[in-house]
Amino acid sequence: MKSKGAQERKRTFLLISIPVIALFFCFNTLPLIKGFIYSFTNFKGYGSYEWVGLRNYIDLFQDARVGKSYLFTFKYAIVGTILTNIISLVLALGLNSKIRCKSALRGIYFIPNVLGGLVIGYIFSFIFTYVLPTVAQNLGIEALSSSMLSSTGKAWIAIVIVGCWQAIAMNTIIYISGLQTVPEDVYEAGSLDGVTGWKKFRYLTMPLIIPFFSTNMVLSMKNFLMVFDQIMALTKGGPSQSTESISYLIYNNGMSGGQFGFQSANAFLFFVVIVAVSVFQMTVTNKKEEQL
Amino acid sequence: MSQVRDKERYNWPITILLFIGCLTIFFPLYMAVVIAFKQPSEMTNDIAGALSLPAQWSLSNFQEAMRVTDFWNSLGNSLLITVSTVVLAVVIHGIAGYAIGRSMKNSKFYSFAFLYIVSGMFVPFAILMMPLVKQTAQMGIANHFGVIVLYTVFYMPLNLMLYKGYLANIPIALEEAARVDGASTWRTYWSILFPIMKPMHATVAVLTAMSTWNDVMTPLVIMSGTGKNTLPLAQLNFQTQFGTNYNLAFASYLLALIPILLFYIICQKQILNGVVNGAVK
Repeated sequence: MKSKGAQERKRTFLLISIPVIALFFCFNTLPLIKGFIYSFTNFKGYGSYEWVGLRNYIDLFQDARVGKSYLFTFKYAIVGTILTNIISLVLALGLNSKIRCKSALRGIYFIPNVLGGLVIGYIFSFIFTYVLPTVAQNLGIEALSSSMLSSTGKAWIAIVIVGCWQAIAMNTIIYISGLQTVPEDVYEAGSLDGVTGWKKFRYLTMPLIIPFFSTNMVLSMKNFLMVFDQIMALTKGGPSQSTESISYLIYNNGMSGGQFGFQSANAFLFFVVIVAVSVFQMTVTNKKEEQL
Repeated sequence: MSQVRDKERYNWPITILLFIGCLTIFFPLYMAVVIAFKQPSEMTNDIAGALSLPAQWSLSNFQEAMRVTDFWNSLGNSLLITVSTVVLAVVIHGIAGYAIGRSMKNSKFYSFAFLYIVSGMFVPFAILMMPLVKQTAQMGIANHFGVIVLYTVFYMPLNLMLYKGYLANIPIALEEAARVDGASTWRTYWSILFPIMKPMHATVAVLTAMSTWNDVMTPLVIMSGTGKNTLPLAQLNFQTQFGTNYNLAFASYLLALIPILLFYIICQKQILNGVVNGAVK
């Protein structure tokens, strides 16, 4: 009797799992493989194509535009990740202390996360183009008196600001939930030893919330590296390709620029980079966790 | 006496700083609201042009924006896609989490299947995008339906992980008792486990809904041939029609933000819980 039941269970599980795995294969693994195959061709996205071997990969490393987009994306992601994590940690410490209207404030600080990146980008685009320069002109600040978005040197900063504005919301909530796991008696014991202020944070709080710190680092780095909506709304990669993120370049040149094959190679490289960065971050933070 | 002490325990400087900090959140939203209600003639070139209150609160920009961007259709498409994706996620990812999660312990096949699907989390959409455009076109699903299928696949890694984690804490004895009573595995899942997994359904639904609703890239590349828009996509596609009429543009942006803001205000607690559950696990 029992084995019959177990068999039925096994069969049901297989009947469920196989279609699900097939679905996943069909729309995730299959396109991944196809993309990898296209990366060895000179396919334009239409018409016929030829095999070009490793040509695309060699070209990738010599293509100035691709190089520039990697530089921009990493600069953006590193600065964005650091800023986001510092600000959201400070915010979380504030929102976790004994304050009035705690839940209302927490609710407000999370708003940016629920709003879509594209529309927020458009709203900020207006601020950078009209409001900020007008304010700067009135105050006599030369550096900001023209639109940040039309300056090759400053456009990326504007995108960092918008990216952080949204990303901070999410990271803050995660830090708050981390801070809530720190037991009150740790602080009580600390205060008996006279540990306060920065020392209290550095030696008592920080070691206990390291897992949340690593979650946030990996999460925000990955999201920042894949930036697309903000670029689309704020600069479309300009001025003079100074803010072209990797995702945007792949979309723009691969979909309509006749570089389907070449951008497939770029996309595959991007995939490898994302995996490498995530693995690197996780090993580093795991080591940190072990040390503590 | 004790009441006074209780009051003193509040950290007022931090409270005040945090309230001031809220301005960074409200400023862009405030600006969007006032510009959306103004007339183009009120948009003078000084700061007041952007930030002062409108002379008259008129809804005409919103009516015009609804007409220009075909608002109701875009809203309908967004709702259709989001609701279908959420339902599919809860149904398919839930039962997949059950089947795979429960069999992993003593089966290499299922352990491998789990790792295989979860590792999909690292695959950026950028690499799948170009082949998927071809594939969905060949299969004749370069439309809403294709987008829904793709979302169901893209959110599978995270949701599967969440369901599997949640099920690990539900004792297997429940199912065994049901089996002894003669219930099939299928029925046991729907009548016993599915209801128990309710908190996780909420988390999955919230996470899936928010990512789906705000996503631009997938509908942009997959649905571009259909002439149909989701709410964010409409903002992108009608950008040229707004021209320099910022009042019209901002009315349209606000219309695009209002549904998700309402959703957030109504389900704030579930959303915050869901996000934390999803990220920390």
